[in-house]
Amino acid sequence: MSSEFVQLSLVPMLIGTLASVTCALVGNFLVLRRQSLIGDAVAHVALPGIVGAFLVTGTLAASAMLIGAALAAIIAVLLIELIRKIGKVEPGAAMGVVFTTLFAAGVLLLERTDTSKVHLDVEHALYGNLESLIWLAGESWSSLADPAALAELPAQLPRLAIVLLVIAGFITIFWKELVISTFDAAFAESIGARPGLTSYALIVMVAVAAVAAFDAVGSIIVIAMFICPPAAARLMTDRMGPQMAWSVLFAVLSAVLGYVLAGYGPLWLGARSSVSAAGMIATVSGLILFSCCLFGPRRRGVKIAANQA
Amino acid sequence: MNAFLTALLLQAGYNTALVSIGAAVLGASAGAIGTFVLLRKRSLVSDAISHATLPGLGLAFIVMASLTGDGRWIAGLMIGAAASAGLGLILVEWIGRRTRLTEDAAIGAVLSVFFGFGIVLLTVIQSLETGRQAGISSYLVGSTAGMLRSEAETIAVAALLSGAAIFMLRRPFTLVCFDQEYAAVRGISVRATDLAMMGLLLAITVIGLKVAGLVLIVALTIIPPVAARFWTDRPEPMVLIAAALGAVAAYLGAVISSLDRGLPTGALIVLVAFVLFLASMLLSPRRGLLASALKRLAFQTEVHKRQGLIALARGEAIYDAFTLRVLKRKGFIRADGVATLAGRGAAAEVMRDEARWSLYRKLFPDEAANAPHHGVTPIAETLPADIVAELDRRLVPHEVAS
Repeated sequence: MSSEFVQLSLVPMLIGTLASVTCALVGNFLVLRRQSLIGDAVAHVALPGIVGAFLVTGTLAASAMLIGAALAAIIAVLLIELIRKIGKVEPGAAMGVVFTTLFAAGVLLLERTDTSKVHLDVEHALYGNLESLIWLAGESWSSLADPAALAELPAQLPRLAIVLLVIAGFITIFWKELVISTFDAAFAESIGARPGLTSYALIVMVAVAAVAAFDAVGSIIVIAMFICPPAAARLMTDRMGPQMAWSVLFAVLSAVLGYVLAGYGPLWLGARSSVSAAGMIATVSGLILFSCCLFGPRRRGVKIAANQA
Repeated sequence: MNAFLTALLLQAGYNTALVSIGAAVLGASAGAIGTFVLLRKRSLVSDAISHATLPGLGLAFIVMASLTGDGRWIAGLMIGAAASAGLGLILVEWIGRRTRLTEDAAIGAVLSVFFGFGIVLLTVIQSLETGRQAGISSYLVGSTAGMLRSEAETIAVAALLSGAAIFMLRRPFTLVCFDQEYAAVRGISVRATDLAMMGLLLAITVIGLKVAGLVLIVALTIIPPVAARFWTDRPEPMVLIAAALGAVAAYLGAVISSLDRGLPTGALIVLVAFVLFLASMLLSPRRGLLASALKRLAFQTEVHKRQGLIALARGEAIYDAFTLRVLKRKGFIRADGVATLAGRGAAAEVMRDEARWSLYRKLFPDEAANAPHHGVTPIAETLPADIVAELDRRLVPHEVAS
């Protein structure tokens, strides 16, 4: 299987893993701050951003798409704040108004624009096309040492690697601020840790992670990875550092296992074609979360344990 | 435009008319149940429900396709969708109750995982040779183009039934939204009511899948209630307004999308609903942006008028352009800034009022702290006449003495 594996499976699997880990890292803070659905909203509004960028530039250049999606995410977050303040409704409802509207605008724009020459449609935006990111030049393991073959790697791989480094760096540098403002915003304010600024920076990081991962794997993995591995990790431990480690482990496990199951599982069962890798990765992450809900050592938390005592 | 009018007035063929009316009934039911869900602060649960329908749709399609060769029978798809959405709903509740995870994480986990598994099933369907799979992808973003007459009728009747159920349950719903303990005392089971609310939300979501698509159906249960919130503070009118807004949005969306091929129904319904929301946010007389801007301007003018008159009475020079403009418009000063007769009269009146207020503050500091003064209200408008007369009686000797 070696040469075929390098050519067809290694790179998609790596991309899936990088995307999953990137999203899971920031997802830890979203889950703890009860903002899980911000990830959902940001992943939905990437579509109008990308379509808008396509309309303006006329190409599907990665830089334009990333900028467009990031802009859309920022506009969405501002709109949510605005509607929440003026409309005096709960944040969930404000979020629902904004992301459905922007997604609808994206769908309409997409249907009204001639995108037949480029690969851009709603299905692609929702569940990506991980399987197509193959490495034709990678003929065997030795290609990993061959600069000419390495230059042929899909652009998503280095891009996601950079984004992962940026996000890991952000979390390492601002670890103290992030943790304090997540657990005790009032205390953070009192010691000058700027919780407001921190949460905006976190949202920007969420947008960056969502957009970079979205480009490679579609919004469904993005949403699943923002929430499932961190939520599962939350049920394993009470400490922040170990929780991050667990979430990374779960993300890697979901990505690798999901990709293998999607690519080879149906063949083992006798079917002729594989199934969606993005969908399978999300499914595996959900199964991991489900088993943590059943068996995680810290699944109950203080409140439920107290009720049952 | 002509084609639009024809379709709007239900003249563009029996099928289009039926689809538009069915969409309107659906929109009304969605707006009504959405109002209760919004008041219960659980709007995004519908997001989990709608995404969780996908595996059910896929499984129902596969089962029907392998049994009959055609997997597009709408009632069968609805049953499958409802079953998996119900499972999703149960999981959201279960995660919230059994573990320390909060509801938002439970919603997000359920919606992404169910949707992901649904995508897996969709790719399985694509690899099947039979089953006429073209119909299934229309459930993602909604499409009324080529909808069968029986499908439109099923949607309209089911939406009507759900609407009737919402109407009958409106009282327990309202009670549970506002005061769970009182509802429990009255003998209403909070858990059963919640279950009925979520069940109806699920029913509407499943019915609306074909029209609005599963990514966007959630908008029909969120946007009209949020828009209705601008127009009223009472639950019953809010339900009615949300139902009306939902009906208008769904009807217009369906009509516009019948005009051309590349006009996805779900997206248009959501965009029309958003326009209605924007209009509500701008124009509502209670909390709209326009109304509050006008209120602010009126208050500002009143403050500038009063401070300007005080300055006139004290013979101080006025530099603020807005104050000068206000005084000139009221005819209190001439173009060169000199007070007119009316201006001097008004200024004396304001000074007397200020004197009354300051005496009142000295005599009754506690009451004065609660009086709605803000430095603009004439005292006679807020306090009873006898107190004002008493203040005046005490003020006179003081003025004579000075």
